[in-house]
Amino acid sequence: MNVPLSITKTIHEWLFSAMNPSVASGVEMVLIALVYLTIFAVLGLFLVLLERRVAAWFQLRVGPNRVGYQGLLQTMADALKLVSKELTGTDRADKFLYNLAPYFVIISALMALAVIPFSREFQAFDINIGIFFLIAVSSIGVIGILLGGWSSNNKFALIGAMRSGVQTISYELSVGLSLLTMILLTGSLQLSEIIEVQKEGWLIAQGHIPAIIAFMIYMIAGTAETNRAPFDMVEAESELGAGFHTEYSGMKFAYFFLAEFINMFLIAAIATTVFFGGWLSPFGITESLPWLGVFWFLMKTFVLVFLMMWFRWTFPRLRVDQLLTLEWKYLLPINLVNIVLMALLVWGNLTLKF
Amino acid sequence: METVIANNNFKSEEYFINMGPQHPATHGVLRLLLTIDGEIIKKVEPDLGYIHRSIEKMCERDSYQQIVHLTDRMDYLSANINNEAVCLAVENALELEIPDRVKVIRTIIGELTRISSHCLWWGVMGMDVGALTTYFYGFRDREMINDIMEETCGARLTMNYNVPGGLMYDIHPNFVNRVKAFITHFKTKIPEYDRLLTDNVIFQKRTQGVGILSKEDAISFGASGPVGRGSGYSCDVRKHHPYSALDRVKFNECLETAGDTFARYKVRIAELWESLSIIEQLIDNIPEGEHRVATNAVIKLPKGEFYQRVETARGELGVYIISTGTKNPYRLKFRSPGFSNLSLLNHITVGGKIGDLVATMATLDLVIPDIDR
Amino acid sequence: MTNEALQQLITSWVPEIECTEEGSQFLTITVVPAKLHDLMRKLKETPETHFDYLFCLTGVDWGQALGVVYHLESTIHRHNIVVKVQTEDREHPTIDTVSDIWATAEFHEREVYDFFGIQFNNHPNMKRIFMTEEWEGYPLRKDYEDEINMIIK
Repeated sequence: MNVPLSITKTIHEWLFSAMNPSVASGVEMVLIALVYLTIFAVLGLFLVLLERRVAAWFQLRVGPNRVGYQGLLQTMADALKLVSKELTGTDRADKFLYNLAPYFVIISALMALAVIPFSREFQAFDINIGIFFLIAVSSIGVIGILLGGWSSNNKFALIGAMRSGVQTISYELSVGLSLLTMILLTGSLQLSEIIEVQKEGWLIAQGHIPAIIAFMIYMIAGTAETNRAPFDMVEAESELGAGFHTEYSGMKFAYFFLAEFINMFLIAAIATTVFFGGWLSPFGITESLPWLGVFWFLMKTFVLVFLMMWFRWTFPRLRVDQLLTLEWKYLLPINLVNIVLMALLVWGNLTLKF
Repeated sequence: METVIANNNFKSEEYFINMGPQHPATHGVLRLLLTIDGEIIKKVEPDLGYIHRSIEKMCERDSYQQIVHLTDRMDYLSANINNEAVCLAVENALELEIPDRVKVIRTIIGELTRISSHCLWWGVMGMDVGALTTYFYGFRDREMINDIMEETCGARLTMNYNVPGGLMYDIHPNFVNRVKAFITHFKTKIPEYDRLLTDNVIFQKRTQGVGILSKEDAISFGASGPVGRGSGYSCDVRKHHPYSALDRVKFNECLETAGDTFARYKVRIAELWESLSIIEQLIDNIPEGEHRVATNAVIKLPKGEFYQRVETARGELGVYIISTGTKNPYRLKFRSPGFSNLSLLNHITVGGKIGDLVATMATLDLVIPDIDR
Repeated sequence: MTNEALQQLITSWVPEIECTEEGSQFLTITVVPAKLHDLMRKLKETPETHFDYLFCLTGVDWGQALGVVYHLESTIHRHNIVVKVQTEDREHPTIDTVSDIWATAEFHEREVYDFFGIQFNNHPNMKRIFMTEEWEGYPLRKDYEDEINMIIK
């Protein structure tokens, strides 16, 4: 555990002076978990509100604006409602798997959140295989979706789940390969080091053409990974009702819903870290104020989140076979060529450094 | 449902799925019994009647003035054109001389209704293929027409503006100006529709080559309206059997030859322009005169059979009245466009994916109360 | 083709046919159920008539007899004709289907079966379309009574 933020450092030292080391580290872990759970909930609720306001703005509406200032408490109220709702389920559903599914989805999102570097010192878990860990963990989420769709004894949910399986397996490749392209530039999988490298210029600028291609592929595949429009085959409300979570209600539904938004944030956060210099300020303008890193990081992430929302509220949905055609016939070959290009670029020392 | 399953001879890998009556893509209470292999549609069987009110039986009980009010509730998006159909049938039977003013106003209102219906269809079409924003854009423009209607006759959806013999009231003094303002506004909005949805690559890929209906099949299945015209079948009642003031305006019949979902889509967009042009030709020359000719309080049609065809936003609406000379019709049949258009759904969707079914159904533009009369 | 020419041509095919132009804007012919299917096929397939568009199919309860009225149009010649057919049998009325000639008739005949109880021979899917299979009686018949759902005057 590596939490050297100055406030946390005080708490850390106090804990270790007050009790024996094994108890202290246990307590510390619980505290960190609580902090991250809070971030998770607040971020999820805020993203839902943001999406609703953005959607309203696109659609000539006002959006939620009554509960709290400018509707800030609206999603809070919604969450309260969902908590108090009855948990209905289908007859003859596989009860154990049916109840297990939401936890798979939410735990994978939470685990991935742990390695995201919000600023130089605000990162719960800085392991040396950061990117690898992220890709590995984020693909666990699909198991939850598959289980949820399969166990709820509903054919619409089953179709949704199967589509999700196909989609995630395919687009995982593109996400992985486009990130791998950037790893060629950094030479490290550790997220903090990836950011260090970018002090000489954000990777999207360092790697110029191949990096821009990689970024575009990453955003397309990332949108598909999170099952958001125009790749929301899994939910496709005009085709499948609500897809895999048709039979979920109350807080179980809310888990799926929150996880979707956290996943969107994660995809944007990874893009920020790998392509746009994470918490680094543009041209080092606030280098003397390291705590502003969180601001820069969130700023960049939310621009990308907004981009994904823009996709969702503008584009129609692809059909399931077109989705696979796009991945296997276009994105994957382009990606493979792009890796070779990037390798040549790094080998020939043609990267742009400031 | 058990009986349905028992009657189907399922092959291996095939399964049954029940789409509707509560389903977002069926726009109301249409129930489709689908036989599916994976994602591929093997058979579509509509199950109708969830909101059947037997309007035809009710008509046998009611007077002709009352019947007009029932027609609103069939194809509620073309309410005015439905009203007009019954009124025309009754007026032709009585051989009433209808003032020019009434004819022109009826045509303008009818075309406004068509635009409003197509606006709603466009919004829903986008929503069915997954572009949720179109819905609000379509409704924004439809709202202006609804406001005009509200000012003119006090209602927004079921207008009842036509009565046998003319119109219920004269037009509101603001009518002409507001319609002109709408035309100016809407002319800037159709290109916006094109930019948002028509030119979108994903949308084109979703709709081109999907749900193909040949011209021969279109005629055989009795397709009418944009569904028939998307297959290159010239079936515009306004052209072939003009009514009201449609014989004095110039307009093109919008035809596409591809017969796929995208062709039907383009026909409707082109019809928006044509309807605007019809209104533009008439709005400045509404003749002065009476808005209604007097009829007897109790209308009795002469003995005989009367058929009136009009073009609603969905296609050809036929009103077939068999009269025995009393104040009620002996039999009144509505030939609804949606019913015939629905009958070809199985024919054009088999072999496609679930997504194709939804996109195709959107371009058939089904209004369920029109099918379940 | 004018109505007179049509009338002459059709009488040459089926002499015992009844033609009239009274009380309707269309030429109306009445045919016995046994001759219906052949006549309809000829009307569609003969190039001079070419009635390829069945735009309305109506069931009518005439009191004693049950009938079906077909409204036909040619999309090439743009002429219309109305064909009527009646059957006296109210218990088991049967008429040949025309759904093999015009595909649209499949749904419309099911509607007529649903409301008038007329069975169409050789129809591919002869079952009720709007009402449930268990429904008793045929609502659009004049002698139909339902004290719960109908407001009787």
